[in-house]
Amino acid sequence: MSPDTNAKLIYMANQIATFFKSQPAAEAAEGVATHINKYWEPRMRRKLFEHIDHGGEGLNPLVLEAAAKIRRPEAA
Amino acid sequence: MNMVHEIDYGTPASKSEKLVTLTIDGREITVPEGTSIMRAAMEAGIEVPKLCASDMMDAFGSCRLCLVEIEGRAGMPASCTTPVAPGISVSTQTQRLKDVRRGVMELYISDHPLDCLTCAANGDCELQDMAGAVGLRDVRYGYDGSNHVKARSNGGEINLKWAPKDESNPYFTYDPAKCIVCSRCVRACEEVQGTFALTIGGRGFDSRVAAGMNEDFVSSECVSCGACVQACPTATLTEKSVIEIGQPEHSVVTTCAYCGVGCSFKAEMRGEELVRMVPWKDGQANRGHSCVKGRFAYGYSSHKDRILNPMIREKITDPWREVTWEEAFTHVASEFRRIQYQYGRDSVGGITSSRCTNEETYLVQKLVRAGFGNNNVDTCARVCHSPTGYGLNQTFGTSAGTQDFDSVEHTDIAVIIGANPTDGHPVFASRLKKRVREGAKLIVIDPRRIDLVRSAHVEASYHLPLKPGTNVAILTSMAHVIVTEGLANEAFIRERCDWSEYEDWAAFVAEPYHSPEASEAYTGVPADLVRGAARLYATGGNGAIYYGLGVTEHSQGSTTVMAIANLAMVTGNIGRPGVGVNPLRGQNNVQGSCDMGSFPHELPGYRHISDDATRDIFEKLWGVSLNNEPGLRIPNMLDAAVDGTFKALYIQGEDILQSDPDTKHVAAGLAAMECVVVHDLFLNETANYAHVFLPGSTFLEKDGTFTNAERRINRVRRVMRPKNGYADWEVTQKLAQAIGLNWNYRHPSEIMDEIAATTPTFAMVSYDYLDKMGSVQWPCNEKAPLGSPIMHVDGFVRGKGKFIRTEFVATDEKTGPRFPLLLTTGRILSQYNVGAQTRRTDNVIWHAEDRLEIHPHDAEQRGIRDGDWVRLASRSGETTLRSLITDRVAPGVVYTTFHHPTTQANVITTDFTDWATNCPEYKVTAVQVSPSNGPSDWQRDYDEQARQSRRIAGKLEAAE
Ligand code: SF4
Ligand code: SF4
Ligand code: SF4
Ligand code: FES
Repeated sequence: MSPDTNAKLIYMANQIATFFKSQPAAEAAEGVATHINKYWEPRMRRKLFEHIDHGGEGLNPLVLEAAAKIRRPEAA
Repeated sequence: MNMVHEIDYGTPASKSEKLVTLTIDGREITVPEGTSIMRAAMEAGIEVPKLCASDMMDAFGSCRLCLVEIEGRAGMPASCTTPVAPGISVSTQTQRLKDVRRGVMELYISDHPLDCLTCAANGDCELQDMAGAVGLRDVRYGYDGSNHVKARSNGGEINLKWAPKDESNPYFTYDPAKCIVCSRCVRACEEVQGTFALTIGGRGFDSRVAAGMNEDFVSSECVSCGACVQACPTATLTEKSVIEIGQPEHSVVTTCAYCGVGCSFKAEMRGEELVRMVPWKDGQANRGHSCVKGRFAYGYSSHKDRILNPMIREKITDPWREVTWEEAFTHVASEFRRIQYQYGRDSVGGITSSRCTNEETYLVQKLVRAGFGNNNVDTCARVCHSPTGYGLNQTFGTSAGTQDFDSVEHTDIAVIIGANPTDGHPVFASRLKKRVREGAKLIVIDPRRIDLVRSAHVEASYHLPLKPGTNVAILTSMAHVIVTEGLANEAFIRERCDWSEYEDWAAFVAEPYHSPEASEAYTGVPADLVRGAARLYATGGNGAIYYGLGVTEHSQGSTTVMAIANLAMVTGNIGRPGVGVNPLRGQNNVQGSCDMGSFPHELPGYRHISDDATRDIFEKLWGVSLNNEPGLRIPNMLDAAVDGTFKALYIQGEDILQSDPDTKHVAAGLAAMECVVVHDLFLNETANYAHVFLPGSTFLEKDGTFTNAERRINRVRRVMRPKNGYADWEVTQKLAQAIGLNWNYRHPSEIMDEIAATTPTFAMVSYDYLDKMGSVQWPCNEKAPLGSPIMHVDGFVRGKGKFIRTEFVATDEKTGPRFPLLLTTGRILSQYNVGAQTRRTDNVIWHAEDRLEIHPHDAEQRGIRDGDWVRLASRSGETTLRSLITDRVAPGVVYTTFHHPTTQANVITTDFTDWATNCPEYKVTAVQVSPSNGPSDWQRDYDEQARQSRRIAGKLEAAE
């Protein structure tokens, strides 16, 4: 996996979190999770989880909070 | 076959609901009040002779040929300028009328050359027709006296009244010797097109049509829309193609393949040769008008660069090898099979085209889903309007524009955001300008002073020249003004929207930090302008918002669309004519390609792939099981390719290397793939990285449908055989058969039937129904059998309209000492998108290259003069192009178009994208500009690579 595309994925996840952070607090984490479930291909979610499992450095806390609700794809 | 016949009623229809009954030649007829006698007669089937009248414009009353007599009234009024009155009795043919008309015709003909037999208009000349209609038998005066016909008198002296032909426009000629000074051209330019390029100069017998300030056409303000040519009753203004070929013998109604307006045309043919395109008056998007691209720029379809045979090559450094279709299909099938076996089912995908038909798009997504067994299908709409889909779906419940184009006739305040309609959507712009001349007000929100801010007879009430990237801040500030000044339409909101969501949103926008005074610091727009614009939109009557790529192509594109929807809801501007939220779609079938399930997470009709009931419909019909996980979007495909997990791509009719941002990243992604299949008319830029090239067909060569920006499904009709042998849908079908799918569509109408059977919003659509109706706007089903010109009429599709907070987040693409300027991009009228088609027509005379617009102040600081080569650099890369110094752009902002591949504007753009949809942020890039001597290294390398990769074995190098 190229470090470049990994950084991009983190960036994308954080962008999504930034939007939902401005929404009413009760909906924020749910919003991030639903969005990622709906639009992220399993490969992308898998990479996201790999990163979270390695500490999730650089991820917006809201992404980490949402992680429990993001569907975890089976290992490749 | 016959010519499609259109009746010219002489004057426009009256909109009055009051009816008037009168008698014409003894026949009783009832028409709306305000109708002209000429039109009433025509409706009764009586054609009064006329020369200066046409129903495309208001009556003028100059030719005096259309006289009639009215019982009990003295004189002979002109029927084109005289309205009907109850109970009058009109005669259109009496001895007195006959004599006067003959006299009028005699005068016309005595100053008109009598070379009818060799005239280009022979067979299509209203002067000829009228001479015949009035029974003109001889002309007593010759050309011995004063005339415009002869360059020299019989005695050999120079005739100062004569003027030579103007052939400067590539598509039509102006021959003053044949002009009868009826003013139809002048009025068409004013009333239909709204450019005001023509005038009648001189007086009386000396009067003459003049373009601009007595310039030739091509140097004047003329935008070459052709409305004057269509209006001219003689051969004075004539298409060069008609001069060259002759009059057409049959015609077929079809749809323009350029922009999202979706103009209807009659393709006028002689055999399989296209003689000319004439906008169709019954076309409900364009009402008989068009722009230069649709009417004239079709020459690319027979351009020598068109590739007509399939080609393959092992490596992208090899020359191309022409093969048979069979070989090409077998090769692609075996490569895709090998790659899927080796790298997994998800290692391949497809890209559908917003230039191709709905039917073709549907087949490509079906090929990916049913054939490849994954959802890796995306469309070029990703890079333009995907945020529209997301934003409107969240707020209103469906991702389409809310109005038809006719709606603009009822608009009082038009807000134009991040769109440049006079260049991007010219026919809509003409209709908008017409409404503005009738008194509607304009608010323009755009970093650049576009033509609509100020041009002939148009002046915007407000222009908010915001800094690129601050759309959300401006729109939220407008909402702040509306809410805090008590201008919200609470009755509408209570009835149609979720009240508690509204309260939450209203409290959010009311925060002081959203006030125009606070946002001024980063938007650069004076607060009083924002306040004024917000008040005008909220209180000025029917408010309609039209927006384009300047809204969507930002990292906050989706948020901006939501902000627009919020504004429409808070002011109650939804659900009736004259209002609404109107995305102006770029390419002809952006709407259709989105509707047809081109997105990796959606099946046709915007239904999520995870929805079991929807999948079930398609699984049963297609006999496969579908993957319920979303697939990769274009940028994700390229990332996955760089990661080594994505290896093969079938691209129909798109040029992602030129149209997608961050060219180097796209190139790296493509280069990492093992089988790239490009299906297109030309060896486009993406084809430099392709292993297989499948030649495509043009819109003239296939049947199908396009769906325009107003959700209107228009028929595309084949007028000639595909030069490459197969229509694009046939190519996809054969490819599907090669990979083992049992597809047997005999005609695109069968594909549409499948779409209708599976997609509720298309339930009633069929080719028979479209033939009957002309066109329909989806949803078109049992609930709306006539289609839906306006959406959300009795309530929002999602139930209650949803207000969503829109927090402004500055893009991470920021200016700094190294890159102090902001680059934004756009398009111009004569060229289209990546220009693959328009660059291969005579339209290049208007835009031979992309130029960098820069403010005089920034130019001076850098020692740049107008026309100098400049180096344009960003964090991603650099390119060179020539400068154009203008104060249309604000200091600190530079602007360019992206129509020419050598410019490589996308080497500059970054890979930042919209947070929700990954739509690239084309509209903001921090750059530096400095003087330069010529092309950059990258441009030179790129050109060389492109030249190498276009070699075809056994052929001379294809010239670009
Ligand atoms: S081509 Fe169009 S813009 Fe040009 S003069 Fe004619 S009507 Fe006007
Ligand atoms: S150019 Fe044609 S339309 Fe214009 S005034 Fe002359 S005859 Fe009429
Ligand atoms: S490019 Fe657009 S405006 Fe021009 S003719 Fe075609 S559809 Fe109409
Ligand atoms: S048509 Fe009525 S005056 Fe010319």
